[in-house]
Amino acid sequence: MLKNRIIPCLDVKNGRVVKGINFVDLQDAGDPVEQAKIYSDGGADEICFLDITASNENRDTIYDVVEKTSKKCFVPLTVGGGIRSVEDINKLLNCGADKVSINTAAVQNPEVVVESSKKFGSQCIVVAIDAKKNGDKWEIFTHGGRNNTGIDAIEFAKKMEDSGAGELLVTSMDRDGTQVGYDIDLMSKISSMVNIPVIASGGVGNLDHLVDGIKLGKASAVLAASIFHYGKYSVKEAKEYLDSKGIPVRI
Amino acid sequence: MNVTIVDYNSGNISSVINSFKEVAKDKVNIEVTSDLNKIKSSDKVVLPGQGSFKSCVDALNKISGLVDTLNEFAINNKKPLLGICVGLQMFADIGYEETETKGLGWISGKVSKIANQNGKYKLPHIGWNQINIVKDSKIFKGIENNSHMYFVHSYEIVPEDKNVVSATTDYSSNIVCSVEKENIFGTQFHPEKSDKIGLKIIDNFINL
Repeated sequence: MLKNRIIPCLDVKNGRVVKGINFVDLQDAGDPVEQAKIYSDGGADEICFLDITASNENRDTIYDVVEKTSKKCFVPLTVGGGIRSVEDINKLLNCGADKVSINTAAVQNPEVVVESSKKFGSQCIVVAIDAKKNGDKWEIFTHGGRNNTGIDAIEFAKKMEDSGAGELLVTSMDRDGTQVGYDIDLMSKISSMVNIPVIASGGVGNLDHLVDGIKLGKASAVLAASIFHYGKYSVKEAKEYLDSKGIPVRI
Repeated sequence: MNVTIVDYNSGNISSVINSFKEVAKDKVNIEVTSDLNKIKSSDKVVLPGQGSFKSCVDALNKISGLVDTLNEFAINNKKPLLGICVGLQMFADIGYEETETKGLGWISGKVSKIANQNGKYKLPHIGWNQINIVKDSKIFKGIENNSHMYFVHSYEIVPEDKNVVSATTDYSSNIVCSVEKENIFGTQFHPEKSDKIGLKIIDNFINL
């Protein structure tokens, strides 16, 4: 039976790991290659790097990080942040990324998703949806959460599936960094709408939040950063907890 | 010994290269090439494949003489060949992704879309699933039944002769996820992304 995945995410800036609270107040906390190796040895089902300042500065540092990590970690590696073009995707894949996660570019120019999924296969194209609640709907944000596009997140999710995305990484901007749990409504609405896997992200503070993301949010995979990164829980503890709640995981 | 990973522009093969180099260390030479002479003279060949069945077959055919060379290597000379993901799927006679496309015809059968049972099963089948080993395969030496492997695919190979099937995995139905036919091996899952247990399969192939 297919297992639900636990994906630790490392936010990377200038080649170093950081994790922000609501995308500000960054604290330096380690070498991404070593961190990724600790996670994969600890049973992480995938590793995700999010290059958080990629849109602005020192773009090339991430390639070096990806190249080094892919020689040490033999689980899938997803890389996101600052990806603008098919050529950027090509470069990351050549460095050893298995999947890329596209956010701003997918909103501004959905052709990038169409073209890249044709060229490299849907299996490596993840579309990252950053959404914030506004009244009774959710709207898409881009540029690391700075710009509100006003686009409806649920409709956009469907459009991305049709464009060739292989997975959706859905982050609640309201919850990100707050540790109060995923936005379950958002996750389950999108997951029910599309036939591709959804990865839930944004807001994990304890292991019950991971359980809720899968059971209530209907996510195929759960992504979290802080709870793993600062050692609150290990990936192994998370898996054992999910297992005890009847969720199929790889142990 | 020389192991050649066929580089025919089939998408992202860096993970395959990294994993084989990790396992081979300095004992085995890993070549990454589409050079026909190098393929002919190598001891073992790895045929990766990402993207669609059609795009991979088209990419193989684009390199003049490559299909003939692979036929000579695997069918006439019976040297060990490992197909991974679409690399395995191309062993079939025919594939139905994008459009009907002829495969290598090494294993009678077809490649068709996994039944999603009206959306009950999300596609692609992405993630870790257990393999059910149904016959002793040389590449499964030291691999326990029900081991987890990493999958990412929407299409499955359906061989006519079930005797070539070495493992299946449960997703919507019992999907064929590994084959062995004489010197020809294939995995639908990605050993290069399946952590230590996947590297063990690569090690087994290198040490055949």
